[in-house]
Amino acid sequence: MDAAQHEDVSKHMGQYYVVFVALLCLTAVTVGVSYLHLARPAAIAVALVIATVKAGLVAAVFMHLISERKVIYAVLIITAVFFAVLLLLPNLTTFEHHSGLPGT
Amino acid sequence: MSETVIPYMVKPHPVTGIPNGKFGIWLFLASEVMLFGALFSSYVLIRTGMPHWPPEGGLSSEVLNVPLATLNTAVLITSSITMVLAWASCKMGNLPRFRLWMGATIALAFVFLVVKYFEYSHKFHLGHTPAHDNFYAVYFTMTGLHGLHIVGGIIVNGYLLGPGTKLWAKDPEHFTNRVENAGLYWHFVDLVWIFLFPSLYLL
Repeated sequence: MDAAQHEDVSKHMGQYYVVFVALLCLTAVTVGVSYLHLARPAAIAVALVIATVKAGLVAAVFMHLISERKVIYAVLIITAVFFAVLLLLPNLTTFEHHSGLPGT
Repeated sequence: MSETVIPYMVKPHPVTGIPNGKFGIWLFLASEVMLFGALFSSYVLIRTGMPHWPPEGGLSSEVLNVPLATLNTAVLITSSITMVLAWASCKMGNLPRFRLWMGATIALAFVFLVVKYFEYSHKFHLGHTPAHDNFYAVYFTMTGLHGLHIVGGIIVNGYLLGPGTKLWAKDPEHFTNRVENAGLYWHFVDLVWIFLFPSLYLL
């Protein structure tokens, strides 16, 4: 390993620890909020927003997506589109029968 | 006959700009998104079709063990950073430090499984098997598949910590790439849990 690479990695170490602490804090927040027993739509929104932020931090920093090649972004965009179809298509069929939200 | 070598395992492939192994693991993770995506989609479909969730009444957070699951979330997050540190140690040419962090990652994965074992055995003790109702069917299917991924991670990481380390002496860069790819998989397993935890236990 050359010196430049060595320096490059050690430069990111601080970032890894910051993300680690942020992930633990967000876990505490999401559990804390669940004890407030918010109305279900608000509870779902808060939990999903926090989970998405956490997932974003893991993907961007731990999986180095923040500085990745275009080909991987292309793969992930296609994956995201198909994931959305997979999630929405079967469920769209039930939304007309149930005006309420899950579990209400 | 000469040894068959998969090309571009260290140097980036001229078309993709990344080594083949890394491209391969990302394609695999894309397929994993669809695997778990199908289960999440089914979960939403089943849940929206039920008058109450869990069917027997109460809240998911009362039926499932939130403190243990929170502990497991912290365990997986910690194992993600130890995995990053294991890879960073390889990048910095420090094999003993790699062994330390990789060992910690595997140990944390076992902690996760032990906690899960206590959760599962308590459920079984109460007669709450997957056949009990839709709630437990969803719970055991999703956490069970995730648990299998943890076992897979232990096997791969165990190989890299054990016999796989031999590659370090021959080609440290190739070995470092393998650790990076195993890391990408491991962070993905953490990422799945980040969504499983609130959607199964808290909502």
